[in-house]
Amino acid sequence: MDWGYIFAVMVTSAFGLQAIVFGLAAIGINVQFGYTGLLNFGQAAFMAVGGYAVAVTVVELGLSFWWGVLFGLIGAVLLALLLGVPTLRLRADYLAIVTIAAAEIIRLILRSVAFKEIFGGSDGKQAFADGFFELSFLSADADLRIGPAVVNDRQLFTYIVGWSLVALACLVVWLLVRSPWGRVVKGIREDEDAVRSLGKNVFVYKMQALVLGGIFGALAGFVTAVGAQNVNPDSFKTDATFFAYAILILGGAARVFGPVLGTVIFWALFQGTDVFLREGIDAGLPIISLMDGTQAAVLRVMLVGLGLMLLMIYRPQGILGDRRELALDAR
Amino acid sequence: MLRRILAALGTVIIAFLALSFLASPASADGQAIGGKLENRVDGTKVPVAGVEITVVGGGFEGSATSDAVGVWRVELPDLGTYDVTINVETLPEGVGLTEADKVTIEQVPVKPPLFGGLKTVTFPLGVSTAVTTSLWEQAAQLTVSGLEFGLLIALGALGLSIIYGTTGLVNFAHGELISFGALATWVLNAGLGLNFFIAAIGGLLLSAAFGWLNNAALWRPLRKRGTGLIAMMIVSIGLALFLRNFYQFFIGADKKSYSEYAGMAGIAFGPVSLTPTDLAIFVVAIVALAATVLVLAKTRLGKATRAVSDNPSLAAGAGINVERVITFVWIIGGALAGLGGMLLGFTQQVSFQMGFQILLLVFAAVTLGGLGTIAGAIFGSIIVGLFIQLTTLIIPTELKNVGALLVLIIILLVRPYGLLGRRERIG
Repeated sequence: MDWGYIFAVMVTSAFGLQAIVFGLAAIGINVQFGYTGLLNFGQAAFMAVGGYAVAVTVVELGLSFWWGVLFGLIGAVLLALLLGVPTLRLRADYLAIVTIAAAEIIRLILRSVAFKEIFGGSDGKQAFADGFFELSFLSADADLRIGPAVVNDRQLFTYIVGWSLVALACLVVWLLVRSPWGRVVKGIREDEDAVRSLGKNVFVYKMQALVLGGIFGALAGFVTAVGAQNVNPDSFKTDATFFAYAILILGGAARVFGPVLGTVIFWALFQGTDVFLREGIDAGLPIISLMDGTQAAVLRVMLVGLGLMLLMIYRPQGILGDRRELALDAR
Repeated sequence: MLRRILAALGTVIIAFLALSFLASPASADGQAIGGKLENRVDGTKVPVAGVEITVVGGGFEGSATSDAVGVWRVELPDLGTYDVTINVETLPEGVGLTEADKVTIEQVPVKPPLFGGLKTVTFPLGVSTAVTTSLWEQAAQLTVSGLEFGLLIALGALGLSIIYGTTGLVNFAHGELISFGALATWVLNAGLGLNFFIAAIGGLLLSAAFGWLNNAALWRPLRKRGTGLIAMMIVSIGLALFLRNFYQFFIGADKKSYSEYAGMAGIAFGPVSLTPTDLAIFVVAIVALAATVLVLAKTRLGKATRAVSDNPSLAAGAGINVERVITFVWIIGGALAGLGGMLLGFTQQVSFQMGFQILLLVFAAVTLGGLGTIAGAIFGSIIVGLFIQLTTLIIPTELKNVGALLVLIIILLVRPYGLLGRRERIG
């Protein structure tokens, strides 16, 4: 049992690619769910739109990486409008059902044989990230060592850009929620009818929140695409959305830094558990060594589900949140 | 409350461990790779006999020929990885691989499983040459299989809908109730070696008990605490994630079949071919749905259920024990969902995520018919089932669910309270 290795994995995971990607996705959900009370269960779809926009633009259209980013942002806005128009006038649970359905529609199309020419089927798409790494100011030997773990220059550049995006997203959210706009959306979360009676157009505010959250989702998609240098339909399963929810609720919904704290802790624990269990299996620890590697991976996700339930029941405000602010109730 | 959850979880885990311990003698006959060769024609499966399959790996080479029901099996000396090849020459006329690169399936891992020692390998067989049926024959076959699928969706949808009607909960873990019925039946049947009918009755009773347990251990305490509906919806997401991976943890990710009545030969009824299990599914599903509707329409408890569904506080004021009604609804919902999953285990196979894969279609059905309505749930399910099967005439089969989910979004745009729902329900 190599505790130094486990610790190094926890540190690198806490600030690694997944932490950035799901941090951004959770920031998006924070705008939608945390501040506005919209249940978007299809954040994975926005991530997929971002990731695939970049991949398809570069590989199939032969345009530069930055066109891909532009198309991804436009795609996310269109998707949000498409989902919002039929559902935002209805009760919260309808939005949940429609967004989760839309996410599955998009994933099924992305992985289908019929569209394999464009989206690459279940293999996904590769080799599109060079335009991004050309910007790198790091030399090729700029490796970062954290104990036994090594972060190469490309990864390091992705992390720097990714965390800058997270910081920027936090700044945007912070500025917005302390503006009049933020007070209106929080009002919508608490009592939609009250806000409506003040003459505000609730539908438009909800739509703006959905679009903004979707854009953060697309940013998460860009980061995962360039970081993994690969997009794959199975990285955008509904589980991805639910992981982002677990992260948001762990850190604290309706708090600017909630998603950031949540993602750091979540990924340190999630990957730490994985390495711990695998090391335990190799070392022949009692009980743990009854499992195989696949079961260890499954057990982690099981614990995420259990954690999400227990958090929601016993501490819905998470680590940073304020229970009085967040009633989290359906009308 | 935490203690109750932990106690319930502990019970389930101990039960599973006990089952896996009991079932382990089944693997004493050694490791094997096997499978079932079936030609998929318009959604029905016809076994393919007399095809040679070779298994190579770790210095071992063995082969087998598929028998009259398409089953083949190669016993292995060791665990490890093996390459499995189908001899295309031995395939009958008109049958071929639908994915040409799947002649050899490489690096199949054979690991010690909890139940039985068979690693299943499936070859994608289908019509290779011009053995075409007319459009009308295809449409007839698809209509029947669509009706069948619709009835299976309805078993899940009815439970989801009455649970929603009485408690307001949109239960994202309902798919796991569906999987539970299939998995419990499979564990009793293939794992413990019970006769299928005994296993099915056991599976049904366990499903009803599981529905009760869901309510008693989790949802009732949460209602008592006054937890909001959105919070409960997120709890149900957590529960679904937990249960789905819990199933996978104990029984693995591969698809499984019941040990009896799986993959029977079809009987021709004019242009339509149905297996005896298909006929049984029709009868059982219709009887179960009709019985539930009768109970809800005629009995005192059923009337109380509809009263609670209409207005819980008014029902409570009229002297109806609301919690008792909700307990009843969860037991019925669990049993119906479990039955649906058990039958789905025949048309698809049994796997840990079968319920999750059908859940969105159940939601589509319920929304289409009108959330919280009884007739709407059944009506919506039949439409979704038919729609999914019949659209495969035009669009690729892999995208058939896309059409159904698009319908869900469109129906919300034009008629959000569903076809049979009432306008006020959308709130």
